[in-house]
Parts: sequence; structure tokens; C-alpha cells
Amino acid sequence: MGWSIYIDALTEGIELLASGAVDVWVIIEASMAVSGTAALIALGAGVPLGVLLGIRRFAGRRFGLLIANTGMGLPPVAVGLIVAMGLSRRGPFGGLSMLYTRDAMVVAQVLIALPLVVAFTAASVAAVPRQLRLQARSLGASRFHEVLLVVREARMGVAAAVAAGFGAIISEVGAVQMVGGNIAGDTRVMTTAIVQYTRMGRYGQALSLALMLLGMIAIVNAVLVIGQTSAERYEGHR
Amino acid sequence: MGRVRFALVSKVSVLLLVALMAVVLVGCESETAESASEPGATEVTQSEIILASTTSTQDSGLFDVLIPAFGEAYPEYVAKVVAVGTGEALTMGENKDADVLLVHAKSSEEEFVAGGFGIERKDVMYNDFVIVGPEGDPSGTGDATTASEALMAITENGGVFYSRGDNSGTNKKELSLWAAAGVESPEGDWYLATGQGMGDTLKIASEKQSYTMTDRATFLNLKDALDIDVTYEGSDDLFNQYGVIVITDATNMDGAQAFSDWITSAEGQAVIVDYGIDTFGEPLFVPNAN
Repeated sequence: MGWSIYIDALTEGIELLASGAVDVWVIIEASMAVSGTAALIALGAGVPLGVLLGIRRFAGRRFGLLIANTGMGLPPVAVGLIVAMGLSRRGPFGGLSMLYTRDAMVVAQVLIALPLVVAFTAASVAAVPRQLRLQARSLGASRFHEVLLVVREARMGVAAAVAAGFGAIISEVGAVQMVGGNIAGDTRVMTTAIVQYTRMGRYGQALSLALMLLGMIAIVNAVLVIGQTSAERYEGHR
Repeated sequence: MGRVRFALVSKVSVLLLVALMAVVLVGCESETAESASEPGATEVTQSEIILASTTSTQDSGLFDVLIPAFGEAYPEYVAKVVAVGTGEALTMGENKDADVLLVHAKSSEEEFVAGGFGIERKDVMYNDFVIVGPEGDPSGTGDATTASEALMAITENGGVFYSRGDNSGTNKKELSLWAAAGVESPEGDWYLATGQGMGDTLKIASEKQSYTMTDRATFLNLKDALDIDVTYEGSDDLFNQYGVIVITDATNMDGAQAFSDWITSAEGQAVIVDYGIDTFGEPLFVPNAN
């Protein structure tokens, strides 16, 4: 007993995972496919929205920023519940037969990641010096080119936005459990597998998967840190 | 305009906070008032008992009546239920994270006690499992004479079966039925594992219009939210025995023993047999302590 509980569990877990008794790659693939797709969709929709909120001055801009910032605190279980009810056979979108599929998980994760991407993007493009834009316009750049220039200047912040969104959804368990159903070989992802193994008393497998997930989040955060430090260099040389 | 809205938002949130604090304070006050007005309730020091049980037992709603009744009989103890899978409940017992177990996987329970982790195991009650599936029973499980035959009918007639696949008591029972039908480890497109509790697995089977095996109590509790119904029931191989185990060297040995004694006493057994009659017209569990 005591601290050896971790070492014993870890040794046992690594042995079991290495023996192929659990097809861990299927679980990792599911995590990457679902959260990767959701992050890409959040990128496609969130960056334009973030740019709009970050650089344009219009009525309702503050309200939009308030919504995006509040959305960052959306509890994933609440998102899961609302999506699950909507996609249920008895719900408004029941005809799609989408509940307990990977698509349903992507929908829930987009809703979780989108506010993060929008808010981070808005903050980073708002930080691009206004003089730069004015200068570009005075040199004859169109509105479109002006936006491209701003996004280019804020690219590290935008990358950080996507990394933050991806990190949030790949480590999220409440929503994917509710709308995915943790079906083996299909909608079972790393977080739901960890919950399941814990409930089964198999702390070894649970802990090994948790460490792998931690590793993936560390990689995502490495991207974030690189983004931040590059931005600092940019600030310093201005 | 924006500033006005922000001011409004902050005023509303302050009001909400104040309201919340008021509710919490009133709640605390009424609690102290209650215990103070209770005759003879002077300075009863309560000790906590951790009762590890299974998600299906919790989903059945039995604890909502069982725990208050135990609290009345033994005001010196507060029983806290941790609902997990049978596998984790047994591990919790081994790690002494629980004082007493109420689970339903008899052979694993006997091994657990034989291994020295539990002091004794006593029969408490039983309920039964049923096979549920889509309306009209497309795989024809209803014509079977045993539960194993009913399961085989699903595979032979193009049905899909959702298994808990979580090493729970229900999962172990289901696997023993497949084994009796000659299928040692079921796998294929027709056999999918959710790795989740009974309630979640029932919801998934309902959404996918497929079959699963469930304890009757959980099914009756969730029936209104499901689009599947019982397609096979009543055979001897669908019997589900619950046992209570006091953990060796538990943190709260006296409390654990009190719970075990109470649930197997005439008083505890009466609470069990009454549960479900009001709501479902039939008891969900049949007490059978010796």
C-alpha cells in the first residue's frame, strides 16, 4: 500500500497495453479523429468570427465578445446534455439518427471549442497595432488585404486559439460520454475509456491512458508556448 | 448602450449571488433548527459509513428509501453511497476505500471474502434480469425457452446486442449466458460494448433500436424514456442475487457491521419488499436474507 499503488498500477497497465489486450490505438485514433475534426471546424468558423469581433467596430460587438467569453466557461456536460436531447429519437433532430455516433461527438466538441477560438482570435487581432492597418490602407491595400495582413500579424495568437480549443476538447469527458456513448471500437475515446477502466477497478489501464492523454496535451501546450514566446519576440522588436 | 447592458448584467449577477447566499444561509438555519427541535437529539456524534454499490442498484432508486430508513434505525451513522461497477466496488474494498459493499456477482464476492478482503458475505435480496429490444421483437427472442437461446436468436436473426462490457455484475451475468449458449467471447458487428452503466446502455440500445440485457429495476425506472420493451423474461437463468460484505479492517467497522445486520434484519428486508409497489405495482427486489 501507500505510494506503490501508482507504480504497481502503472507497471500492470503498461504491460496490459503493450500485450495488445486493449486496442489502445483504436481509442487514440478515435480521440484524434473526433477532436481533430471538431478543432478544424471550430477553426474555419471561429477565426473569421474572431477577426470580425477583434477589428471591426459595430453595434453589438461588445455583446458578441461577452457571448464568446461566457461561452469559454460553458460546462461541457451542459453542452452534452443539450446536444444529446436534441439528437435523441424523441428530440427535434431525432430523424438524423445521429446520437451515439462520432458525428454527434464532433457537434458537441465544436460547440465547446468555438467560443475559445473566437475569443482568443479576437483578443490577438485586437492587439495588432491600429497604425499598421492605417498605414496599409494608406498604401492602397483593400479591406480584404487589410484583414489578411492583420491575421498574418496575429497568426501565433490564432494558432494558440486553435491549440487551446483542441486541448480543451480532447481532454473533455462529460459531453463525449453523453453523446458518444463510449461504444468500443467506435465512439470510445481516451477520456471515456479512462472513466470506464476506473469504474471497472482497472486503475493500471486507466492510469496508462491518462498519462498518454497528458502527453498529447503537453504537445498541444508546447505549441501554445512557442506561439506565446514568438509573439513576445514580435512585441520586443517592434 | 453597451455600458448600460454591462451595468445591468453586473447588477443582476450581484442580486443572484445575494439570493444564492440567502438560500444557503436559510438552508443551514432550518437544518440546525430541525435537529435542535428533535427530542433527545442532544449531541449525537455521527460517523460516516462508505457503502460501495453498483450503478444499477443506484439507478433502480432503492437507495432513496433504503438509506433514509437505515438513518432512522441507526442515527449514529451516516451511510454514503458510492455507485460504481462491481469491479471497482471490489477494488475499493481491497483498498479499504469502502466500509461495506452491496453488490451482485456472487462468485466474485465469494472469491473476495476467501481472499481475506471481506469478513463475511450474506445474501440480501434478488431481482431478475430481462432481455429488452425493439417493439415487435424482430429477432424473435420471445419464442426461446432459456435466456441463452433468446440471446442466440438475436445473433441468428440479424439483431444487434449492446453489452455493458464493463466487467460489472450485469456484464458478468450476460457473459455467463453467452457461455451457456456455447459462445465463449462474443464479438462481431452484432455485438457492441458501451463500457457504461445500465441506464446509459439502455438509452443507447433504445436509440439504436437494438437489444440489451438489463435488471428489471433499472428498466422499469427508465421505461418512460425508452423506445424498447421487454422481449424475454422469467427463466431460471435470469436470477440476480445481491450480497452484503463487511470489509476486513474497515475504517468504520462498527458502522459497516450495523448496516450489514440491519439490511438482513426483518426491518431492512421489509423496506426492500415495499420498494417499487407504489410506483410500478410490483416489488423490484425480493428479500431473501437467512
